[in-house]
Amino acid sequence: MYQTMMNLPLVRRANWLRTFLNAAWLGWQIESNWADPFLFAVYSIARPIASVLILVVMYSVITNGATDQPIFAYIYLGNALYILVGQVVSGVSWTVISDREQYRTVRQLYTTPLDGYFYLMGRGVARLLVGIISLVITVGFGVLAFQLPISLQTVDWLLFTVTMVLGIISLAALGHVMGSITMMTARQIGSVGDAVAGALYLFSGAIFPLDLLPSVLRPIGLIFPATYWLELARRALLGPGYVGFETFAGFSNSHLLLILLVATLLLLVASIYTYRWAFNRARETGFFDMETNF
Amino acid sequence: MTTSSAIEVQQLRRVYKLRGPKRKDAPRELVALESVDLEVKRGELFGLLGPNGAGKTTIIKILATLLLPTSGIARVEGLDVTQHVQAVRERISMVSGGETSGFGLLTIEENLWMFARFYGLDNATARQRIDALLKIVGIYERRTAKISDLSTGLRQKMNFIRGFISDPRVVFLDEPTLGLDVTAAREVRGFVKQWMSDHPERALLLTSHYMSEIDELCDRVAIVDTGKVLACDTPAALKKRLQREAVFQLKVSPIGPRPNREAMIEAVPGVRQVTVTEQDGYSELNLILEAEDALGGVLSHLNGRGSGLIALEKREPTLEDVFISIVGRRLDQDTTQREENGA
Repeated sequence: MYQTMMNLPLVRRANWLRTFLNAAWLGWQIESNWADPFLFAVYSIARPIASVLILVVMYSVITNGATDQPIFAYIYLGNALYILVGQVVSGVSWTVISDREQYRTVRQLYTTPLDGYFYLMGRGVARLLVGIISLVITVGFGVLAFQLPISLQTVDWLLFTVTMVLGIISLAALGHVMGSITMMTARQIGSVGDAVAGALYLFSGAIFPLDLLPSVLRPIGLIFPATYWLELARRALLGPGYVGFETFAGFSNSHLLLILLVATLLLLVASIYTYRWAFNRARETGFFDMETNF
Repeated sequence: MTTSSAIEVQQLRRVYKLRGPKRKDAPRELVALESVDLEVKRGELFGLLGPNGAGKTTIIKILATLLLPTSGIARVEGLDVTQHVQAVRERISMVSGGETSGFGLLTIEENLWMFARFYGLDNATARQRIDALLKIVGIYERRTAKISDLSTGLRQKMNFIRGFISDPRVVFLDEPTLGLDVTAAREVRGFVKQWMSDHPERALLLTSHYMSEIDELCDRVAIVDTGKVLACDTPAALKKRLQREAVFQLKVSPIGPRPNREAMIEAVPGVRQVTVTEQDGYSELNLILEAEDALGGVLSHLNGRGSGLIALEKREPTLEDVFISIVGRRLDQDTTQREENGA
């Protein structure tokens, strides 16, 4: 048996797809590792609905329950879509910390010929799936409970699909940048992904139009692809029922889509270079596999 | 250096910069490797012997592409580890002892399958190798157990399989039997010997601070201390260096933890080296003497200090004696790292 095994062919070159799929499989094993299906349901269904309800209650108190106003759909959808920001941006960067500090598998993983960039990308897929489930449930709840003006017949599915693909890629790229920064630092800065996700909540027009931000702060939102992704996703979902706000009033869908595409590509390229730089820098400083044991 | 080398290391130096507790503090430098030269040939089982902090793991981490050297050259299978990271990783594997790490929610089989896939094995080959190695290592029946439920020994056996599943050209074993019981450690050593015997063209670099393990397994040994290679030869040749000298082990009534006790004994004419360890009810002295007749002087010295002889044994030199004669202290005494302020 031993001799037979050793006569097998030598290892073949690993590729990015194999790494990506393998990492996605691992990520799903981790994310779905719930001992109790009830807890899984709470996590992926009740939690996002509860969080969006908090916002709905606050909105209702301020506006006397005017859920038929365009701003309500704006806020509700922004908040629902934002679930993906938290899951993907934090998810990718958190992988660096969990592998190094929680599972302590950096040495095992990074002495294999896996593609580090696509490994992180793959690990984020499971959290993306959980996020998508939450998004669908939250939007569905909004349609049923608050009569959000979304109809399957009027949704611009092509625009929605392209927007979501670009948006998710841009979020993953942003998560990579955060993960790369995390790679070079000790654990206490582990919340860098959460911090950026939190900042985006304020500056990307997720819960209020950019028009309401002081003019000096608006450019912060305009440099992030997430801002254009949220705007386009709302337009695609609400279709003719969408009422725009000042900042993007003069921009057509194709114009915004072009900006989203360019911004996503730029962020993607930046994430690749940041990862390479951070990988070398972390090995130079010795932080790459250093367990801080906090 | 020739192309028959599996590992080549030339003037390898690694310095860590450590921040002080306050941000404004100037970084300190910790020299982990001074200037290391090594060559491991294909087919060789090479040992790195040294105390904690000697630089063994740093050497392995550089060779395994986890750490960049500050200066110097490190090659695996002729590939520069700083330039050809991916190609090096395709040829190596690394197993560290005492690993309590791992994705605890995966089963042994799932974990190995995942790593096999990361190594680029197709599904059928991966399954075949996993089954075969699980049987060889004797944990096939436990293949569906979750990693979080495994004992240290079982976890280390699984890690061993991970290390050999890719059929690597060069294997790095960093303290592989650390934390294992006697039986498990013997099985691990047996597997290593068998693998090297079956793969005469491969190379294995082993670090350990278990002398007997190095002595039993390794074709050649480098004694490393304070980031330097102090000696490099076969275990037999290293021990032969001491054969012109007399090596004794003495048990005497307790000397007690007096300051400079070793230095005082070494001041006795004919004494080359001595280590003293306090045991339960007696002191144990390991003596390296220039000649046997120096023993009388040692016994007189001990008598003069009120310490009587309990037992005396003349023995063949061991690697431990070699280590003491070269380094000047026992292996279980940690290295004091050299730190310099500022850069």
